[in-house]
Amino acid sequence: MQRRRQRLLLVLLAASVALLLLGLMAGGDGLSVGTFAALLQGEDGALIIGQIRAPRSLGAWLTGGLLGLAGALAQGLFRNPLADPFLLGSASGASLAVVAVLAAGTVLGKGAAWHAAGLLAQVGLVVAAFAGALGGVLLTLLLARGAQHSLRLLLAGVVVGVVLSAAGDLLTLGAPEALRGRQVFMLGSTAFLGWQSCALLAAGLALSLPLAHRLSRTLDALVLGEDSARSLGLALAPLRLSLVGLLAAATGLAVSQAGLVAFVGLAAPHLVRRYAPGPHGHMLLGSTLAGAVLLLAADVAARTLVAPQELPVGVLTALFGGAYLLWLLQRQVDA
Amino acid sequence: MTALLVATDLHVSLGARSVLHGLNLSLEPGWTAIVGPNGAGKSTLLRALAGLLPARRGQVLLKGRALAAWSARERGRTIAWLAQQGQASGELNVRELVELGRLPHLGLLGTPTAVDRAAVDEAMRQTECSDWAERRLQQLSGGERQRCLLARALAVQAPLILLDEPTTHLDPPHQIAVVRLLQRLAARHTVVSVLHDLPLALQADRLVLMRQGRVVATGAHDDAALHSALCEVFEQAIRIVRVEGRMVALPRLG
Repeated sequence: MQRRRQRLLLVLLAASVALLLLGLMAGGDGLSVGTFAALLQGEDGALIIGQIRAPRSLGAWLTGGLLGLAGALAQGLFRNPLADPFLLGSASGASLAVVAVLAAGTVLGKGAAWHAAGLLAQVGLVVAAFAGALGGVLLTLLLARGAQHSLRLLLAGVVVGVVLSAAGDLLTLGAPEALRGRQVFMLGSTAFLGWQSCALLAAGLALSLPLAHRLSRTLDALVLGEDSARSLGLALAPLRLSLVGLLAAATGLAVSQAGLVAFVGLAAPHLVRRYAPGPHGHMLLGSTLAGAVLLLAADVAARTLVAPQELPVGVLTALFGGAYLLWLLQRQVDA
Repeated sequence: MTALLVATDLHVSLGARSVLHGLNLSLEPGWTAIVGPNGAGKSTLLRALAGLLPARRGQVLLKGRALAAWSARERGRTIAWLAQQGQASGELNVRELVELGRLPHLGLLGTPTAVDRAAVDEAMRQTECSDWAERRLQQLSGGERQRCLLARALAVQAPLILLDEPTTHLDPPHQIAVVRLLQRLAARHTVVSVLHDLPLALQADRLVLMRQGRVVATGAHDDAALHSALCEVFEQAIRIVRVEGRMVALPRLG
């Protein structure tokens, strides 16, 4: 079993390297070695590859990693394979905040404050999405009176999700100009990822993965039930809160950079569980890599499938992720 | 003999409902079985003794110190606990599950040492689940899983072992094996188990009989006064006889 787990991690690492290379090659002409070689020798090669394709590919890999990690944390915390990173209100919180900034930008843009509108568009959306995601989770925690009761937390997350989505809809009605921006955010996109995003995402992953890994035995103990976990000397209340905090931070960071990319956080832990199940320490690491590979693969596909046009990456992850989960379900039914 | 665990005037509630009403109990080394009809408060008592439920009034003393004053990890090293209908889902294999018993010693950050590995090996050997070390819990039957959960509790190597229905899901040979194991453990530990199965409970050193949140009687397994209290609490539906030198509870069918 140990060997199988190591093999899966190695395969995912190898797939990451291969996809990162493909990510450098994928462009408006699709995937072509000849075009790539010509681009390398051309004048624009350094700019296109170094400043556009490389950060985009690495950014997609890091965003997917954060979503995979968040998915494994959510499924471990709620002991539910259907849990995903957006369960605790982060998606609707981020979406509402983005709409609010877009609407504010529209209002400012109509007046004389063009400068403020431009600033809001550049910095405001990223910060708003991150703050909105954290705000949504915080509201869920307040409603659930902490992270102690899984069911209460889940229900509070559903309520916050519905209410904040409705608030976003209401705001969009008042400022229809924000609708398009909201749609782009909801579909998810890796097209705007630059080196700055990569630095932020890498720092987030470098902090959250080791921390989550250190706390992973809490999730292992929780498979025995709350009483048994507590009997093992674990202070469950602060530990669960820390794990929810990590889940919220990882999700918020990913969402702030790439919007609401669907299914990666849900499908990545399933993929690991299917091929090499194990304790949560392994699940977190494996899901991070699986999420990274899934999103990067979707990003490369989004760039090349209908080149020179581009598909929204969130649509592809939803299609592929959904199809994969259905296939998995079918296999389980057959078994 | 010094009691490891003492409950004095223990009142415990589940939500708004009062379940234990001023219970006094002293648990000495050896094996004590807690018995009583459904809803008597046996599992609630065990959870309160493990520090998993707070006392509304009264207190539990572990080694002479109030249970609430113990740190969670210190308590985890001193009390091993097996839940009723113990659950175990997820992706762990049997050995990884049993290794969780070493958490109170290792904490979240510790790495298992040779001592921890030996404790896990021993617990798995005692419960005869070494052969499934690599199997996932989902691949085991209810009885096999119960033995693994028991191994997890034993791997703590705590001086006080609290077990809620440890023989659930086990077939008769394995029920007897668990009883023999508890008898062996009782030579060096304080073992307290809730048991519905009276014939098995009568193999313990002492019995605590409960009804409606109170202790009705305590006594050695061959105590005649205890036997008469058992027959009364169970509405004369049983009779207790000596068979081949052991006390046995039989249902009165006729």
